[in-house]
Amino acid sequence: MNSTPRELLARIGSFFRRGQRDADFDRELSSHLQLAIDDNIRAGMSPGEARRAAAARFGSVASAAEEHRDARALPRLDSVLQDVRVAVRGFRRDPGFTLVALLILALGIGANTAVFSVVNTILLRDLPFRDAQRLVWIERRGGTGLSDATFQAVAYEEYAQHSRTFESITGYFAFFAYSTYKWTGHGEPERLGGVDVLPNFVPALGIRLAYGRNFSEEESKANPPTAILISHSLWKRRFGSDPKVIGTKMIVQNRPLNIVGVMPESFDFSSTFVPGTRVDLFLPAVVSGMRNWGNIFSLVGRLNPGISIERANSEFDATVAQVNQRHRDWGAGYSTKLAPLQQHVNGNMRRPLLLLSLAVGAVLLIVCTNLSNLLLARAAFRSREVALRAALGAGRLRILRQLLTESLLLSIFGAALGVGAAYVAIGALAASIHLSVPLLNTVRLDTTALGFTAGIAALTGVLFGLLPAVKLSTANLNDSLKEGARGSAGGQGWLRSSLVIAEIGVACVLVLACGLLIRSLFAVLSVDPGYQPAKIAALRLDPPRNSTREQRFAFFEEAIRLTEAVPGVERAAFTDALPLDRNRTWDLTAEGRVYAPGEDVGAFCNVVSAGFIETMGIPLRSGRTFNRHDTRDSEQVVIINETAARRHWPGVDSVGRIALNGGGRNKWRVVGVVGDVRNRGMEEVSEADFYVPLTQQGPAGVPELIFRTRQSPAALAPGVRAALRKLDPNMPPGDLRTLDALIDRATSPRRFLVTLLSAFAAMSLVLASLGIYGVMSYSVNQRRREFGIRMALGANPGDMRGLVIRRAVALTLAGVGLGTVVAVFSTRLIATLLYGVEPNDARAFAAMLAALIAVALAAAFVPALRASRVQPIEALRAE
Amino acid sequence: MSTPKLDLLQGTLDLLVLQTLATLGATHGYGIARRIEQVSGNQILLNQGTIYASLVRLQQRGWIDAEWGTSDNNRSAKYYTITRAGRKQLAAETEKWNRISALVQCVLSAGPEGAAQ
Repeated sequence: MNSTPRELLARIGSFFRRGQRDADFDRELSSHLQLAIDDNIRAGMSPGEARRAAAARFGSVASAAEEHRDARALPRLDSVLQDVRVAVRGFRRDPGFTLVALLILALGIGANTAVFSVVNTILLRDLPFRDAQRLVWIERRGGTGLSDATFQAVAYEEYAQHSRTFESITGYFAFFAYSTYKWTGHGEPERLGGVDVLPNFVPALGIRLAYGRNFSEEESKANPPTAILISHSLWKRRFGSDPKVIGTKMIVQNRPLNIVGVMPESFDFSSTFVPGTRVDLFLPAVVSGMRNWGNIFSLVGRLNPGISIERANSEFDATVAQVNQRHRDWGAGYSTKLAPLQQHVNGNMRRPLLLLSLAVGAVLLIVCTNLSNLLLARAAFRSREVALRAALGAGRLRILRQLLTESLLLSIFGAALGVGAAYVAIGALAASIHLSVPLLNTVRLDTTALGFTAGIAALTGVLFGLLPAVKLSTANLNDSLKEGARGSAGGQGWLRSSLVIAEIGVACVLVLACGLLIRSLFAVLSVDPGYQPAKIAALRLDPPRNSTREQRFAFFEEAIRLTEAVPGVERAAFTDALPLDRNRTWDLTAEGRVYAPGEDVGAFCNVVSAGFIETMGIPLRSGRTFNRHDTRDSEQVVIINETAARRHWPGVDSVGRIALNGGGRNKWRVVGVVGDVRNRGMEEVSEADFYVPLTQQGPAGVPELIFRTRQSPAALAPGVRAALRKLDPNMPPGDLRTLDALIDRATSPRRFLVTLLSAFAAMSLVLASLGIYGVMSYSVNQRRREFGIRMALGANPGDMRGLVIRRAVALTLAGVGLGTVVAVFSTRLIATLLYGVEPNDARAFAAMLAALIAVALAAAFVPALRASRVQPIEALRAE
Repeated sequence: MSTPKLDLLQGTLDLLVLQTLATLGATHGYGIARRIEQVSGNQILLNQGTIYASLVRLQQRGWIDAEWGTSDNNRSAKYYTITRAGRKQLAAETEKWNRISALVQCVLSAGPEGAAQ
């Protein structure tokens, strides 16, 4: 219809004033008939004749009204609304079906919305920085420790000054997670996480501050710092989102700091750069004071506009080489690689999230097959209604459209419910700050996700509705009208069975993948960390400010003495690097051994007090542990782990040998060899580690007190805290960390994956059981008569039950067969996510098979019971 | 839904209605239908109800106006009048119709000789 704009406006007007326009038309019709009757009477007819003739000449009033409506309004929309009304009426008549369908859809679509939101935030969406595509992470080639990934202050200064590749380079103090900041003078004292950022951090990344400004030139150079930026969450939590906070002072570590700005809500430092930590304070890093600190900065660069990452890499390589030339004292110097910042942030999550997306897509597929099946079952009862409509003149397409409207409506309402569920789920995910999954805390249900949901809702509606709709609209009209009141669309049994088989197949793949990952998680959790984490807790203590070295050691000793005096505490010690928490690499070599250039001589260094090895429960393999006689004035000593012993003193006893550190500057005698500890990650095999006494080498940072207890450490925490209050009266609460919690954090990405995947696998099992139940109970209904006859001929109820259950198991096995074929090809995709288990793990397969058979039996139970209770007479009478 | 065949019919009826209104001035639906039947020598037998779809369409396109009024024998009825835009449209449509019918006429009357050429 080629409407003019004027006509279109008129049509829209008429569409919304339907009642008025209909009334007007009715009046016009009766006027028409009256005029015709008048004419006819004038022509000599009797009033009755006149009326009949007038009506005859007018034709069908209904079709005139219909044509009138089509001509004046929006016929398509009109009939869509009509379809919707019919559909809603149908749903009201069958609330059970509607409720089940909506719940299934809400689950499927909600899960997809939630996973999409996570994927969108972590993988797809730009990081919350201006022109985020131009930001690159400056990686260092080789090495795994954090010291191997960072740069010294001088290198940063050189690059910032000489590189033409970057518009700007910025970064942060990579070891920030080990220092905390005690905040006093504002209610309850609190320990905050803070990070030292290079002063150009905010402008270089392109962060738009919520309030205030960046550090001024002067503040950037002030040492100690005078100004800070605070996180949005701290601002909200402790300052009641008051913009007037700018310019006020915070007492941090007993020093007043001026709040100059508030970070925007969209930027969460820790979830972007170091997930699983908490950062509320941003202090300016004074580079000039940090030149002798070794490798400390993680660097991010903003590329000049229009430069490709390849060109940037080769250009910057040249710059790095020149800088290396100028600083021969750096040894081998730096070798760098630029990677898009986004990739650096989300790289590890790519595969897990891909897997989750596939899993949740599979769930949606199962949802669709399930609903198709439900609709087919319903179709059996509706074929008469449809046939009646067809007989009354509704075209096949019209009926198809009506049926698709129903499925689309279901999926739209289901999606609406699903969005609600997703909102709750996303809220819970975003709040789980203990998960070290990047950007997870910033996941929100945004418009993109809503658009995605609308898309899949439409797709789902068509996908599950099409098959039943086609089936129903093309059913033979005569047959449907002839059949008994119960109705039937015979011959669709195989169709429904195949749908269930497909459903079970998909569920089988999901359950198998989930089983493999659960086994991997258990494998990771059962890894021996090399110490006994269960009964150990750590607590941070601040030595008095401005104390001398001797006073600090006295402080540490007193703290250990006080802690060990608490009943229930077995042992206490200090360390400056808890396992899985701190990441730092120092060099360690054997005196007299020749190393190949580029050979890895890095080792994890731990500065500890005497008693550390004992407190942690690390097994001593040979030699001795530290004791009171290892003092500043005695011989410098070191304890190494077995890997270090094997690497540097292969085949000989390392105890008593001399180890070199600091490029040979420091000579330490090896006094003991201890077992390996998983310091870097639970899934990473131990590298070389060593321990040096606090009294000789430290402390490098603020050491933490660890103590081992007989019962749970949390129960003893108040006692320990009370004992230590004498030493540190301002101790903030909530500082206690158990080593188990550290392991939990380290394994949290895996747990995150397994938890979600298990939820999806469970959903798929429930849906599969629903599918089996549907098909079985339908077939029992269909075969009531047959069962009745069989019973009459002497079959017993057990036979009937067996018949039904065998059929359910057969369906399941067919599905498992199908799923296994798919799984053989697809489990290889997740091979890299597995730990300590093979993709063709027999136990996971057996568990999957058991789960599916159990589900099939449970689902077939009620229909089987019903089959065995068919009364011969009743069944025969029913027809 | 509308198909091309119906569209042609529709267009034709619209043209007849416009012409009738141009000739008669303000007329109600019944009057228009009767007039078309009479002028055609009762050769066109409308289902009179179909005229209203045409009327509302023409009205929404701005080619005719409608107003409730009273008939000679004191019945209330809706009276339609052609607008200026309607007259223009009528002229254009008539012209188009004449050309088409002449063309069809020409082709049909060409007869067998036309085919022989």
